[in-house]
Amino acid sequence: MEQLLDLFDFGPVLDNSDVLLDGFWATIRLAIASAVLSLIIGTILVAFRVAPVPVLRWVGTGYVNVVRNTPLTLVLLMCSLALNDVLGLAFSKDTGTTYYWWAVLGLSGYTGAFVCEALRSGINTVPLGQAEAARSLGLTFTQSLRMIILPQAFRAVVAPLGSILIAMIKNTTVAIAASYAEAAAVMKGLMDLPSFTSGAIPLFIGVAVGFMILTLPTGFFFGWLAKRTAVAR
Amino acid sequence: MSQEANVLFDAPGPRARKRNHVLTVVSVLLLGGIVAALVLRLADKGQFAWRLWEPFLQPDVWTNLILPGLWNTLKAAAVGSVLALLFGVVFGLARLSDHAWIRIPAGAVVEFFRAIPLLILIFLAFFVPNKISPAIAESPLGTFQRVMVETFGGLFGVEINAGTITVPAFAAVVFGLVLYNGSVLAEVVRAGVNSIPRGQAEAAYSIGLRKNGVMRLVLLPQAITVMMPAIVSQLVVLLKDTALGFIIAYPELLQAGFKQVPPNFGNNIIQAGIVVAIIYIAINMAVSALANALERRSRRSRKTSAKTIGTGTGAPPAPGMALAEPGGKG
Repeated sequence: MEQLLDLFDFGPVLDNSDVLLDGFWATIRLAIASAVLSLIIGTILVAFRVAPVPVLRWVGTGYVNVVRNTPLTLVLLMCSLALNDVLGLAFSKDTGTTYYWWAVLGLSGYTGAFVCEALRSGINTVPLGQAEAARSLGLTFTQSLRMIILPQAFRAVVAPLGSILIAMIKNTTVAIAASYAEAAAVMKGLMDLPSFTSGAIPLFIGVAVGFMILTLPTGFFFGWLAKRTAVAR
Repeated sequence: MSQEANVLFDAPGPRARKRNHVLTVVSVLLLGGIVAALVLRLADKGQFAWRLWEPFLQPDVWTNLILPGLWNTLKAAAVGSVLALLFGVVFGLARLSDHAWIRIPAGAVVEFFRAIPLLILIFLAFFVPNKISPAIAESPLGTFQRVMVETFGGLFGVEINAGTITVPAFAAVVFGLVLYNGSVLAEVVRAGVNSIPRGQAEAAYSIGLRKNGVMRLVLLPQAITVMMPAIVSQLVVLLKDTALGFIIAYPELLQAGFKQVPPNFGNNIIQAGIVVAIIYIAINMAVSALANALERRSRRSRKTSAKTIGTGTGAPPAPGMALAEPGGKG
């Protein structure tokens, strides 16, 4: 029976805990930078998509449709292989830094399309009557946006943005395709070692728990926030 | 002008129209500048050379590389979809069970698989059995393992050789897709059944139906109409996620078109990426169009008062959160 108990020996994983923690630290750095950048990209895109200028609307719609329907793996590969290697658009001399920023850019470009759709559906939840009432009170465009429409729209998008953030945290694993060494890459690297045999199940458990520590509290927090800020209609 | 613009903007007057014209010119100039810079860079690196694009007009490239890859993608997506739907229905209904000993374990399973990345699940299936099977083979469970793999493994090409299990990339990809997307679909099923007004179940009970009949004859038929758009958009996600097979060298569309074509044809990575992306976009847009058609139909022939669960924003509902409300569909 001891062979079976050996399968749950956490020794090999604990020996490699520094590598694993480095991997998760890389995941967190990627996730935080992408969260910020994808919010910015999503906001710009949604401004395009609802703009009164048709050209901007077409560009926004085109971008969202193309990026949303392309697999993230391909987006990241295009960033690292096509844009970086072939076109030579490197961020810095250091390849590690360059691949990190390409992973951030690819991930946030992809997530930004989803953020844009969430924000747009948030604007859609504001009833037309609210905007009409604001205008008939004599509020200017900026005033009605600031005091009437955006406060209601922001509250409606808390839950979807939370879902997108969590999906993005999980999607950081795909950055392995863009040569960025995060938690999944560390896991694959350890699994590829022929000498690493008995630690396979503990390694999976460790990585899974690591991701649950990142995703579950975020989910509970956004669930609570969404309930708290919900618009009573 | 579309509806969302109306919330933000009043009908433009003469001044606003003039401003919009100026904005149009400025944005065309800016975007044109970006595109021109990109084109110049591409031309600078000689990426418009015909020899880099020409391979995609050769029938051989399609029949030998891209189409088999596409077939593998569709195969993984089809098997994954069917099994994920099955998983979703079983666990979705289990989460609605009246018995806590069914409801709570089902909920734990669903929440667990939604909380961890799909790629980690694919790695679980791809690497772990191979690593642990020799140890199991030497233990008292060795015979059991061999019999199990020989009986059920053949279906997905799982093989056991001298006590070591090899999981093919196809089986690993399908395993990950089923558990992850199945868990998301389980939430969709649960939300769909919960979205049916309570009076429906109460009326069904009061005419003497039992639990089984209430679910099978009254709640599920209405819930399916409500869930259809959400299910189809999740299947688009599933199809896109087959591309993760690239990482464990499953010969799917991305692997075939993006990894195998470029080395043979002058390293035409950008061109291959564009062609592969177009194929993915075409398939996904076709499926999304189907989802929209289904949603329109279910809205038109409404036989239930429950709100349709929207196609959403593309991100599946996250663990620890309720399924997103149908945002702005009304």
